Amino acid sequence: MSATSDFSSHPAARALINRHRLRWWEPLPWLLALAFYFIFPRYLGFGTEVLITVLFAISLDLALGYAGIVTLGHAAFFGAGAYTVGMLADNGIWTEPVTGLLISAAVAAAIGFLSGLVLLRTTGLTLLMLTLCTMGLLEEAANLGHDWTGGFDGLPSLNVPPLFGLFEFNPLFPKTQYLYVLGVLLVCFVFVRTLVYSPFGQSLTGIRENTLRMHAVGAPVRWRLILCYTLSAALAGVAGGIWAQANAYVNLTTLGLDRAATVLIILVLGGYGRLYGSWVGAVAYMALAHFLSQIYPTAWQLGLGLLLVAIALFARGGILGIGDALLARFARKKPS
Amino acid sequence: MTEVLLEARNVNKNFGALSATRDVTFQLEQGARHALIGPNGAGKTTFINLLTGVLIPTAGQVLFKGSDITNFEQAERVKLGIARTFQINQLFRGLSVLENVYMAIAERAGAAPGMFGPAGSRRDVIDESMELLTQLKLADIAHKTIPELPYGRQRLVELAITLGLKPQVLLLDEPAAGVPSAESHIILDAIDALPKRIGVLIIDHDMDLVFRFAKKITVLVRGAVFAEGTPKEIGANPDVRAVYLGQATHGA
Repeated sequence: MSATSDFSSHPAARALINRHRLRWWEPLPWLLALAFYFIFPRYLGFGTEVLITVLFAISLDLALGYAGIVTLGHAAFFGAGAYTVGMLADNGIWTEPVTGLLISAAVAAAIGFLSGLVLLRTTGLTLLMLTLCTMGLLEEAANLGHDWTGGFDGLPSLNVPPLFGLFEFNPLFPKTQYLYVLGVLLVCFVFVRTLVYSPFGQSLTGIRENTLRMHAVGAPVRWRLILCYTLSAALAGVAGGIWAQANAYVNLTTLGLDRAATVLIILVLGGYGRLYGSWVGAVAYMALAHFLSQIYPTAWQLGLGLLLVAIALFARGGILGIGDALLARFARKKPS
Repeated sequence: MTEVLLEARNVNKNFGALSATRDVTFQLEQGARHALIGPNGAGKTTFINLLTGVLIPTAGQVLFKGSDITNFEQAERVKLGIARTFQINQLFRGLSVLENVYMAIAERAGAAPGMFGPAGSRRDVIDESMELLTQLKLADIAHKTIPELPYGRQRLVELAITLGLKPQVLLLDEPAAGVPSAESHIILDAIDALPKRIGVLIIDHDMDLVFRFAKKITVLVRGAVFAEGTPKEIGANPDVRAVYLGQATHGA
């Protein structure tokens, strides 16, 4: 290109150049999460659980929402992270929280990479079943390896030393846990946000939109997917590790289909492939589950089921998708 | 002297008992304007897939500038400069026209693996994309998504993505297929305007397009080369008329 002119004022170029800029509402969830800390000190245990679920959902969003990797076995990595923290603490090998999360991430990433090498040769239903099988194998290994994992009973009462040697993890007043999880979530969120707006993230979107074409423009599709899956697994491992630290125990629920399906439902509910769907979905799902189970202790899942059916039928973009549609309609009605 | 860019030597491809490609030997030179024609099911698209690495031949060799690339993966061949368009559009439908072209140019320029800077900060890729879209008269619709465009323009985006790879060899699989005749001139103009140095192989049913564009024609029938020559020779060849045109009118 000898005479490259400046196209930065063209609307298409401007949209691409400004896409990653922070929008005015983006600090909102963080401010609300901080406000929650001060306003609802008695619900911080619940809040911590929600924030961990947001982190887990974001890890899934990277693989499913952006790269289009259809998985029903993401709890494999959550569980791998949780058991890493649990087994290291139970055997007295390593208990420091922050570095513990890094080890969790590394273990989950290794499992993600190795399983991804095999799984990501497939797509669609085959991929879905294989991710499910991988998780099933890990779950059964955790169940049978009683001497290391505690088997069905899990590993109770883990020793988690104070954060930075200063802040105690108190199970009755989980103030430290809440702020610790919020901080880790912020770091992971910034990482994912940077990633999805990068050229790498753009190419993941390309693979989701049209794999055949990505091959034809010379993209190493399989390696991109494996890298994405590995990073996604690492983040899920962090979510699992921090869950184990915050609760000071590990059991098989970290690893099962129940958790994998729940996080998928949360992502669909909030809207996948849009970063903040994880926030909206996790808060909506867990708040609803919390209140419905108080009102109808026996049949509370019915309400969630109906909501999910409605979302699947009428709002493919999830709750955020409904918001977008309403905004678009409002903008059209306004006289221009 | 013209250099041979892409070459097939005695290439065969079998799908079980079906031989889709039989002993095809073929050369594409620098600056060539070559057409591949043949009735439905003659194996034209299979042959393109063999050249681009979507399929690996059962026997025979594929060469690029004299070196064997028979077992190269698709992405490696693209890096060498072999690019294609698809018979049915393969576009990123949810993205803008600019982003569609960005995807190809980012890949070629080595920007695509970048993880820590935003896609929008690769101004070199954006400027080159816009430059290309300007040449193809697509700049004014660069912000639109694919479903918002008429089919002819979508077809042009398909070509734009491929040209973003700066190919030395360009394989066009029915570039004007499905484009209404009122719009087809935009595709033909774009093909006419392709850089002279690149070798172009066009596959088509549309005889007007083939005879207008090609300097050389290869006729493929039932997976084998049936005839090869200038448009004049092919047009005058009675066997081609009988086999190709005869079959085509019966819709075989």
